[in-house]
Amino acid sequence: MHGNEDQFLRGISGFLGSYFLCLAAMNAIAAFYCWKRLGKSNLSLLWLAFSGVFLIMAPFGYAGANGTPQLMKWIGVPETFRNFVDSQLANAVAYTLGTTITLIVLFVFRKFFVKPVIAWLMLNGALAFMGMSMIDPEFASIVGKPDNVPIVMMVFLLGFFTWLATYRAVQNDERKEQGLESLEAVDNEKILVWPDLVYTEMICMVALTAFLILWAIGLQAPLEEPGSLVKTPNPSKAPWYFLGLQEMLVYFDPWMAGVVLPSLVVAGLMAIPFLDFNKAGNGYYTINERKFAYLIFQFGFLELWVTLIILGTFLRGPNWNFFGPYEIWDVHKVEAQNNVDLSRMFWEGLLQRQMPMPSTEASTLSQLGTILVRESPGILLTIAYFVLTPPLLAMTLLKRFYVRMGLIRFMVMSNLLLFMVLLPIKMVLRWTITLKYIISIPEYFLNL
Amino acid sequence: MASLGEVIRNSQIWKSIFRHPMPVDRRNRIVVMLTNFFLHLHPVSIKKQGIALSYTWCMGGVTFFLFLVETVTGVLLMFYYRPTLEWAYTDILALRDVTSLGILREIHRWGAHAMVIAVWLHMYRVFLTGSYKPPREFNWVIGVVLLLLTLLLSFTGYLLPWDQLAIWAITVGSNMARATPFLGSEGPGAALLNVGGIDMITMGSDARYGLLAARFVGEETLNRFYILHCIAIPLVVALLLAIHFWRVRKDGGISGPL
Repeated sequence: MHGNEDQFLRGISGFLGSYFLCLAAMNAIAAFYCWKRLGKSNLSLLWLAFSGVFLIMAPFGYAGANGTPQLMKWIGVPETFRNFVDSQLANAVAYTLGTTITLIVLFVFRKFFVKPVIAWLMLNGALAFMGMSMIDPEFASIVGKPDNVPIVMMVFLLGFFTWLATYRAVQNDERKEQGLESLEAVDNEKILVWPDLVYTEMICMVALTAFLILWAIGLQAPLEEPGSLVKTPNPSKAPWYFLGLQEMLVYFDPWMAGVVLPSLVVAGLMAIPFLDFNKAGNGYYTINERKFAYLIFQFGFLELWVTLIILGTFLRGPNWNFFGPYEIWDVHKVEAQNNVDLSRMFWEGLLQRQMPMPSTEASTLSQLGTILVRESPGILLTIAYFVLTPPLLAMTLLKRFYVRMGLIRFMVMSNLLLFMVLLPIKMVLRWTITLKYIISIPEYFLNL
Repeated sequence: MASLGEVIRNSQIWKSIFRHPMPVDRRNRIVVMLTNFFLHLHPVSIKKQGIALSYTWCMGGVTFFLFLVETVTGVLLMFYYRPTLEWAYTDILALRDVTSLGILREIHRWGAHAMVIAVWLHMYRVFLTGSYKPPREFNWVIGVVLLLLTLLLSFTGYLLPWDQLAIWAITVGSNMARATPFLGSEGPGAALLNVGGIDMITMGSDARYGLLAARFVGEETLNRFYILHCIAIPLVVALLLAIHFWRVRKDGGISGPL
């Protein structure tokens, strides 16, 4: 056991040492920048201290290569923490609640979190945490899988760009409050495309090419065993950008998760410019001037798309079970599946009666009738959800929208939103009352 | 004595290729944008804040450049790779182990991942700056189609190495099509499409079959995905890209405060 661990630690040693050296260099550059360009020597000292800490950690990272791999554990996250995460937090409920609360806190206190000092601290924290987790073999194997590397990159890129956009939006919103124009409108005279734009483009192209070549040299593209339809890998995963859809399969049947909802995502994206009647916020970053559109989009993109991809990629293992980031992907892990259909809850739980079942001898039409009676609670609820909610919204919360948008546009928007919210609704129902299907008509493959 | 550079720039050959003098002064910096094929996509002058990196992120350009990288490396890989059950896997294996410049495959694959990410970031920026608002509504719609096609390009390319990763990712992905309402053999409503007691929608005629060209991921699928990946989708993407860029110019130039 110890031997295996040592071997793993030795293997990752070179990477880990260099990783912390990079973090040290990164903070040293930040310190230099704060000192020279911003003239803030106290900030400079702070980053210098960070740099020093990472510099001390680097030799521990390299220790494995020098025959003392156990030393590397000194800079790893402690085992008790790893066990705690795996045993207490490794489930879909904690993950979803955690990410949702994090996003809400980041949004509400955005004025605080976008401060460059805070953002830089958070980046340091995230990078350090990732590095310190790499001494765990399970974490390292899933994060370091070649096809997962781009997703790690995407997470950091999204974090960076979300910070940048929010930073600018917060600045613009403050400027507007003071009666100033947006940052984008200041100092905005026309300049010649040659040289100002074409040079930027060329530098971008050169840098990108260099980056791609380095990436290609440093990391080999994955190639597994020759394809065979007889040997099913467990888990079988779709390409990473579809893993949000695959994750939806936990809550919906394929016709919803794989066909209807993705089609509506595309349709909904296309509809955005025709539904958003707000003229403000065209050509500059702002949140306050278009809060509704902003929140809906971020809810869809960051919460329902990106976090589900992260979940599907890093935390779903064999049999699509949820695994903690430091947990072994055990094929035999069993998760209790005792979900119940709404119709069964209604007939057997609420009415204490036997559920009407279609007899196989009856005619098709009478079978259909029995099924409709059996599923009537779910069907009525679904119809009510889609038919009653829009007018209710139009009369109450979204009255202003209804007046501005007119009937058709309002109905399109509210129905798209209702479909979008179906997923969180189904999630919550699954977790709270172990609901399987709202409507369950397996006879016609119609389960919702 | 004139320098060599001057001699070259004054030669008939040089002047026949470049229709403009060196862009060293204001006049010629304008002329170069108007008379060069590759540059005429751009306007002559542009709003300063519109091209500030912290504003525009450069992600649309990065996506387009990655599309070009994918095209070039893809064409080169097509010279080598044979899309048949017999050769597909071994060709990729050889690219990895023995072929010179086999690294083209790495560039192609990582470039593809990067392109998906860049498209998302581009869309993210366009949304956050409200740049889809009038008069750019339709260009946003084209952008959504391009996003979809980028994902399909990546998805169809995923199958070509013909390893376990490839065929099972495509199996999982295409299984969804089986559940298409009315058009999938296990989709709701398919049983209703029944003429004289004969099901119209079966495993051999449903949406999934149309995607895979077979009941299971097999040689026919490889051929179909190869054509889609190398020819059909790139052609559509190229056309839509042209319209997308043209509309950027026609709809008021790159975004910025009105």
